[in-house]
Order: sequence, then structure tokens, then C-alpha cells
Amino acid sequence: MNRKTKEILYFSAFRGCALLVVLSLLVLVGYIATGGLERLSLDFLTEMPRRANTQGGIFPAIVGTFYLMLIVLAVSVPIGVMSAIYLVEYEQRSWMGRLFKLAVYNLAGVPSIVYGLLGLGIFVAFLGFGFSLISAGLTLSIMALPLMIAASREAISAVPYSVREASFALGATKWQTIWHHVLPYALPGIFTGIILSVSRAAGETAPLMLTGVAVSLQRLPDSFFDSFMALPYHVYYMATQSSNLLATRPIQFATALVLILSVLGMNLVAIVMRKRYRDKYKW
Amino acid sequence: MVPRTTFNHEMDELNREITEMANASKTAIEKAVQMIADMDLSLREEVAELDARIYVLNGQIDKHCLDIIALHSPVASDLRMISACLKMVEDLNRFGRYARDIAELIDDFEEGKAFKKFESLRNIACLVVGLVDDAVYSFLQRDAEKASHLHERDDAVDALYDTIFREILTYMMEDPKKITVGIDLILVARYMERVADHACNIGEYVYYMVTGERLDPKVRVGHVEQNITACQRLFDHPCPKHELDEK
Amino acid sequence: MTTEIHVEDLHVYFEKNHALKGVDMDINKNGVTAVIGPSGCGKSTFIRCINRMNDLIPGCVVKGKILVNGADINEDAVDVVDIRRRIGMVFQKPNPFPKSIYENVAYAPRLHGVIETLNGKVRRRKHTKNELDEIVERSLRRAALWGEVKDRLDKGGMTLSGGQQQRLCIARTLSIDPEIILFDEPCSALDPIATAKIEDLLVDLKKDYTVVIVTHSMQQAARISDRTAFFYLGEMIEMGETRQIFERPQKELTEQYITGRMG
Repeated sequence: MNRKTKEILYFSAFRGCALLVVLSLLVLVGYIATGGLERLSLDFLTEMPRRANTQGGIFPAIVGTFYLMLIVLAVSVPIGVMSAIYLVEYEQRSWMGRLFKLAVYNLAGVPSIVYGLLGLGIFVAFLGFGFSLISAGLTLSIMALPLMIAASREAISAVPYSVREASFALGATKWQTIWHHVLPYALPGIFTGIILSVSRAAGETAPLMLTGVAVSLQRLPDSFFDSFMALPYHVYYMATQSSNLLATRPIQFATALVLILSVLGMNLVAIVMRKRYRDKYKW
Repeated sequence: MVPRTTFNHEMDELNREITEMANASKTAIEKAVQMIADMDLSLREEVAELDARIYVLNGQIDKHCLDIIALHSPVASDLRMISACLKMVEDLNRFGRYARDIAELIDDFEEGKAFKKFESLRNIACLVVGLVDDAVYSFLQRDAEKASHLHERDDAVDALYDTIFREILTYMMEDPKKITVGIDLILVARYMERVADHACNIGEYVYYMVTGERLDPKVRVGHVEQNITACQRLFDHPCPKHELDEK
Repeated sequence: MTTEIHVEDLHVYFEKNHALKGVDMDINKNGVTAVIGPSGCGKSTFIRCINRMNDLIPGCVVKGKILVNGADINEDAVDVVDIRRRIGMVFQKPNPFPKSIYENVAYAPRLHGVIETLNGKVRRRKHTKNELDEIVERSLRRAALWGEVKDRLDKGGMTLSGGQQQRLCIARTLSIDPEIILFDEPCSALDPIATAKIEDLLVDLKKDYTVVIVTHSMQQAARISDRTAFFYLGEMIEMGETRQIFERPQKELTEQYITGRMG
């Protein structure tokens, strides 16, 4: 077979794979949508659940997931970015840096259920936070951390050394250089990290189960130490534990749809912000 | 491998050309003087040919130097060499010219005899040939020491010229029929004196080329030896090379 | 001419590599001093010692004295940030910040603030907008760039051509009014016309600043510098007036290098 044929063949294969990925997403959303669209309504989104979750809405679950994401953002972004800065700017070669890198990569591979156990042991029991938003949130944050660090590290390393050099030569300290030049230009990459890690954290179910997600609540959590509902767990519960599986099927799908759309929505916000920063610091 | 091969090649070419020109100029002067000494009129053709070749080389070397400057940005010793070449070709050119002029003046047997009669004419010819020889030699050997001593002998040449002038004047006054010959002989002596000046110029260029400093002509060392006896041999056979440099 | 920089027995080591071996040198005030030499001879390393940029390289050890106006900048107690404010550097590849032209030039003054003495007390305050505007204009004018960019100060620095970018970097360095400006092969990434403009600028700058330029172009060193130093394999072989170096070098190595016969 000649070169041209090979070229066409390979290109088709690559394109095919890409299409497959897009198709998967479409099929997934499509499947969920067809199953749950009927149940989706304003009431569904804003009402409390009634009658053992068979009626009413999933408002507490939405709020719960939202609060959880807030905690994840508030905790994993600063810690992740600062760790990445430390990794790239301060300790490139020493044993400390190497140990740190090792720790991060290993953390990324830990199964989510193990994280759940960790959360149970440390936050719920040892620190005494109990089954609460804060326990779940902190557990999810630790889960999101490796992704955050990896993406931030990439973004920070991508800033060319010449920019730093120029800044130093003008009499800036290392921290000033990082704050004024490295971080702003790494922001788009950091946003990518945020998108990836928050998306992952939003959909995890196992850690939630072990740190105290509630099956059904009639009220919203009034503090971070209160109990909460969350969308992923709600889907799980509806699909496995509810009394009337057939009746609650639309609810399951609708909840899943809400979850997907929420995550997509958050990603969209992050993408828009990323674009803004990309344009601001044009290369 | 030494870099800048084109440049080095050009500089070698230039060196070859200027060497050829220097040798041709020296030979021209020697032949012209020999013409007078041996009364060999056939040498006139040779001298004329040498002069023509010298003229061609003058133009060639001029152009070559400018090309190198434009294209290769020579510095340091290369630059000084080119500066020396550019100036030297003019003086070497004068050698050829004067040689031809001298050759053309001798067209009479009488003059040859007259020439032989005047000891001082032979002396000045000797000195000048020696000077030219040493000037060219100092250039070819890049000998700054030798070049710095050339101007010492110029004074002797100038003094000899004055002597000759008076001698021939007396000669002409004795017998008016000898005026034509006499004037020609004075011209020959004059050309010799000019050749000596140009040879000294060459010495200055060589000194600068080698050391990078300029020779101050006002600083002249006192005594000068005139190695006249050695150049009597000139009139038996061509002047031996470097015989005159035991000073 | 008074000496501005006095270098004494300077040694630089990169791990096991002895990059600079005992350099002694004096650099005069308000003139252009060129540093030439083949690749790897240590000229960039040398110049980066003057504003302590070598500190940024891990594993780099600097020994010896570098006196700037009498004070040794290699001492530990010295404030590196202050040194870099007084000694600026322009790099080989133009590296403006991906910000607007105005921001590029205003960054350093804003960073350092204004130091003034009030009632006997020395304090630091922020620049006013007017002061910053004035500094930006003055620096861009001095770098011969004002005319070309005055109508688009808010456009990105990266939208300029290579030569303009380099002049922007020079303006940026000038904005904090250094005493000494170091240039590390500033024209090697530029075309001949841009190079000529920068060379003219350097000759103009030398009236008010001490300029040290590392260049691999001997013709450039010959054109614009007053004094030239020749480095080879980490040692300074010869230094003198540019005219003398290029017409009558004292050392054989120097002669070989500048006539291109270093094999």
C-alpha cells in the first residue's frame, strides 16, 4: 500500500477515534435526557423532596453539591496552585522536591473509596467534624488536589524562562516575579486544572457515602457542619435503594441530567474566564 | 582547518602579487643601471617589458586590496599589510618608471663612456641598487629592523647627488659640446636619487606593517658607511643580493 | 575617566566546570566596553556576574571581588534587588512582557516606588499616574521608540517587530534609571537595519550610562566600543582601547581571533 493510502488510512483512524469520543458524550447525554427530560421542571429544581423522594424536587441536593464544589474550590485551588509554585519555582532538584512529586503522582491513583475511608477516619472521627458538608468537602478536596497540582505545574512550567529573567533583571524578587508575571500567564492553564478537578470532584459518590451524605432532607444545611444532600449520591440512591425503582426512574435520570448540566455549566464559566485571561496576556 | 579560507586565499594571492611586483621593480632598476655599466642597449627592451608588467600589477594589486577591504573586513596585521601594499605599489611603480626613463636616456655610446668616467655616478648607482634591494628584502622577510635603517643611507645618496651635479656642471662648462650628454647624466643621477627616496618610503611602510608604529624620519642615526668598493663589481656582473647588508 | 567597575580575581564555577579563571578588569564610567571571544569563552558568564544574575543558576559558585563605585557587590550582606535596580540588563532574545507597551515600561518603576526624604526620614511611596506617564515617555524617548509607539501604548508589547521589541526592553531597563547597563548580545536576533538602530542608540546612551556589551560580532565591537576585552577559555587575554586592539593587538591569541585564524 502506498504512502498516500496509508496517510488517508491513519488520518481516518484518528478522526474516527475523535468522533467516537464526541459520540460517546452525545449518546450519554442523549440517553440521560430522553429518560429524564419529562421530569425536569422548575418545581423539580426548587422544591424539597417529598414522600421518600418520590415526589417533589431535588433542591437540597443541588444546593449540597454546590456547597461541596465551593469547598473544593476554596481548598484545592489555593493549596494546589501554591504546591505547584513550590514544585516549579523553589525546589526543582532537591530530595524534597522529588519526594513531593512522588507523593502527588501516587495520590492521583488512589481509588475514591479509599478517599472515603480517609475522610471518615480523619474528618468525621478524628477531627470530630462528624457527618457533615465540611467532612465531605475536605475529602473531595484532597481527591481533587493531584489533578489541580498537575495542571498548575504544567501551566507554570510553560511560562518561558525569559520572562522571569527579565523580571529579575529589573530588580524584582522571586515572589514578585511569580505574582506579577508567572501566575497571570499561567492562569489559563490553572483554569483548565480547575475545570478538570472540580468536574471530577462533583461526580464522586463513594467519598460522599462514607462522610455522611443524607438520603433525604427537608431543609437546607445551615452550616458547614450540618448534614447535606448531593446529586451523585441521589442518583445512586434512587437507582438502587428506593422503594419503587420503576416510579423513581425518571427522577434518577432527571437528577443525573441536572448533575451533568451543572458540571457542564461550571465548566463553561471556567472556560469563559480562561478565554478572558488568554486574551488579556497575549503571547 | 583554519577558518576563513577564502580570505586567507585572497591574502596569499595578494602576497604573491606584491612579491612579484617588488621583484620586478628591483630587477628593473638593476637592469637599467647595468645597461649603463655594460652599455648593453638590448636590455632596454627588457626594462620596458618589466615596466609594463609593473604597471599592470599596480592596477591589479590596487583593486585586489580594495576588494579585500570591502568583502572581508581585515583587521590588525592583515589590515596593516593591505595598507602597506596600497602605498608600496605606488613607489614600486615609480621604480619601474624611472628604470625605463634611465634606459631610454642611454642611446649613445658616448654617454656610456661618459658614465664610466664619472666615479661618483657609479657610486650613486651602487648605493641605490643596494637600497632598493634591501627595501624589497625587508618587505619580503618582514624585517622591521632592516627597514628602519634604510633612511640612513638616503643622506649619503643626497650628498652624492650634489657632488655629481657639481662634477658634471664642471664637465659641461669645460666643453660646451658635452652639454647634451651632461644633462642626460644629471637626469640619470636625479632619477637615482628619487629611486632612493622611494626605497626609503617602502622602508617606512614595512616598519608600520610589522610593528604597527610609524617611523619618525626626523630621528636619524648619525654615521653612514658607504660600501662603495663592493659595488664596483656591479660593472663586471649584476649586483649580488644582500652583499651590501653588513652594516 | 573614572573607573566604575573593578573586577578582581573573579572565579566562577558551575558544579565542576571552572568557567571563569581569575579575571581582573577595570571598566570605565560612561563609555562602551565590549567583551568579545569565541563561544564558550565565558563572556556571558562574566557579564552576568556584574548584576548577580548567576545567583539564579543552581550550582553556581562565584568567588572574587566586583567593586562597583568602590563597594563589593559579591558580599553576602548586599541587597541583590538593589544591585539589579542600579545595574540593568538587556538580553539576547527580546523578551518584553506580554502586557501593553505602557505596562512593560511602567512595571519596574511601579515595583520599586519612589524613594524620597521627607523631614529627614527616608520613605518609599507609590508613583502618581502623572509621574508614571512621564517616566514611560522619557524612557521610550531615550530608547528611540517613542515616535513609533506613542499612539498605541496600550497595545501589546508582542505586537512590535523584533527591533522594536528590543528597544522596548531597553526602555524598560532605562525606566528605573540605572547607572550601568549590560547588554548580552543584544543584536544577534535582529536584522541589519534594526541592529544599526540599536548600535546608534548604544553610542547615544554611553553619554549618560556605563555600557558593557557582549558581542560575537567583532565588527560591532569595533564600530561602537571605546574599549574592548578579549576572553578565551574563561580567561581575559587582553583588554585595551578598541583602536589598539583592532590595529595592533599585543597578544598572539587576540590577533588570531580577530583575524579569524583561530582554528
